[in-house]
Amino acid sequence: MPTTSITLDETPLVLHLLRRADDALILGHRLSEWTGHAPTLEEELALANMALDLIGQARLLYAYAGSLAGHDEDQLAYLRDARAWRNCLLVELPNGDFAQTILRIVLFSAFMDPCWQATTRSADPTLAAIAAKAEKEVAYHLRHSAEWLIRLGDGTEESHRRAEAALDALWPYSGELFEADAADQAMIDAGIAPDPATLRGTWDATLADVLARATLARPGDTWMQTGGRTGRHTEHLGYLLADLQYLQRAYPGATW
Amino acid sequence: MYTQALNTKDAPDTAEPEAHAARFQERIDTEERIEANDWMPEAYRRTLIRQISQHAHSEIVGMLPEGNWITRAPSLRRKAALLAKVQDEGGHGLYLYAAAETLGVSREELVDQLLAQKARYSSIFNYPTLTWADIGAIGWLVDGAAIMNQIPLCRCSYGPYARAMIRICKEESFHQRQGYEIMVTLARGTPEQKEMAQDALNRWWAPCLMMFGPPDTESQHSDTSMAWKIKRFTNDSLRQKFIDATVPQAHHIGLAIPDPALRLDEASGHWLTGPIDWEEFRRVLAGGGPCNRERLAARRRAHETGAWVREAAMAHAAKQSAQKQAA
Ligand SMILES: [Fe+2]
Ligand SMILES: [Fe+2]
Repeated sequence: MPTTSITLDETPLVLHLLRRADDALILGHRLSEWTGHAPTLEEELALANMALDLIGQARLLYAYAGSLAGHDEDQLAYLRDARAWRNCLLVELPNGDFAQTILRIVLFSAFMDPCWQATTRSADPTLAAIAAKAEKEVAYHLRHSAEWLIRLGDGTEESHRRAEAALDALWPYSGELFEADAADQAMIDAGIAPDPATLRGTWDATLADVLARATLARPGDTWMQTGGRTGRHTEHLGYLLADLQYLQRAYPGATW
Repeated sequence: MYTQALNTKDAPDTAEPEAHAARFQERIDTEERIEANDWMPEAYRRTLIRQISQHAHSEIVGMLPEGNWITRAPSLRRKAALLAKVQDEGGHGLYLYAAAETLGVSREELVDQLLAQKARYSSIFNYPTLTWADIGAIGWLVDGAAIMNQIPLCRCSYGPYARAMIRICKEESFHQRQGYEIMVTLARGTPEQKEMAQDALNRWWAPCLMMFGPPDTESQHSDTSMAWKIKRFTNDSLRQKFIDATVPQAHHIGLAIPDPALRLDEASGHWLTGPIDWEEFRRVLAGGGPCNRERLAARRRAHETGAWVREAAMAHAAKQSAQKQAA
């Protein structure tokens, strides 16, 4: 394994795979941080389950991206610096409280569920197969997190207030999910990936339904944060990667 | 072991119908399983509640030292395996609390006892995980020691506990193999990795021997537990079994057992070890280990910061059922 960060030839397909993979790994990392600290034992197991699903999706996507770009999954995960990460900002934010953790899963999965569904029909058979597996998992993540958001929104005064605060904090990070640049457009044109604009209606409907049952108001239109897809991240990602990559960086070239 | 702190004596039962007691012992002696609704002596019930809940608490507290390395695992494969392992331990806690609940105590009561320091958990989880090799050492040694103790518990006289143990033992032996495989990889790796593996063995070996509890000469509880077939082997015999299984595994990968007195007794075929520092054991059990305060504080923090979530879930469920009744 090389001792320094890798450089990548980001063809549109590699970039697309990295965007999906980085989203999954970083969110999986955040969920794994709950281990040992969740509010109930049952939720401890559920959060670990979702983290495992996401890390598993990331591994499949890295393996495929790596086969195109000449690297293995661990090089892609452990030997890229923050500016080479392509995840959206939403997934890298710290967990916050349980309401924020749950709401993030809702916002992300409400997008990824229809996205993976559409990707099962991708012109790229490898990606379509990954999507078929991921779609089932994300459908469960959406169901589980939506049930919790409803409980929290329609629970006690305190849980309602916390759910509201989470919505206020995370909403400006939801817009990035729908971005499409020239590389994305190439994937859309080739029938490899769905156009995120076409997923907007489903996402809006899911959110409207869940928020109504949670007695929460949808935030008004606001500015949206952006930058993750091109490597302009929040201050939080550097610390996350310092943890994630620590051993590979401290002992370059070792096999674990 | 996970239940090593069972060294306090119960007051003898009074006024238990002698005929019941005799019939109960007869069932135990003929290897019949006792089930939740069967008559049982109060002391049997109390001993089981204490043992099963200590075991459950150990699974839950045990998630913390290993959880410490999930975000820093050195490869995605190791990360997924460690996360799945720690999740299994949480599942063990869940089955064990459920087994304890069949004896008429609630999970909430048991957790409150843990947080109030009225119930114990295994001393081993009060040691820190300082390097990645500790994750290998815990799987290999701690899960390995747990299996030695728990395989006989699969034949425990109390049915719900025995059945929980059968399920748990399968997963523990998988954890043990996985941990050993991490150690093999490190021992065959770079000089730094091999040193890391040896250092982890140096730190975990003696605390693992202590997991089996005090020597038989000092153990107060064994006699009744043996008669009730809650326990089938003594602390010392289980410890010896563990040593005999583990020493060759260390040698096989070129690691040294940190005990200058270790020697193979040709006559018996047993590996004999030097003296165990029972002072350290008592100190760690009494709260003076390197991480006792942090472990308890972490559990309390999770409990306290999760309170509003549990309250919200209950409030929502109450609203739902009120709505259903109104409809
Ligand atoms: Fe366990
Ligand atoms: Fe285990």
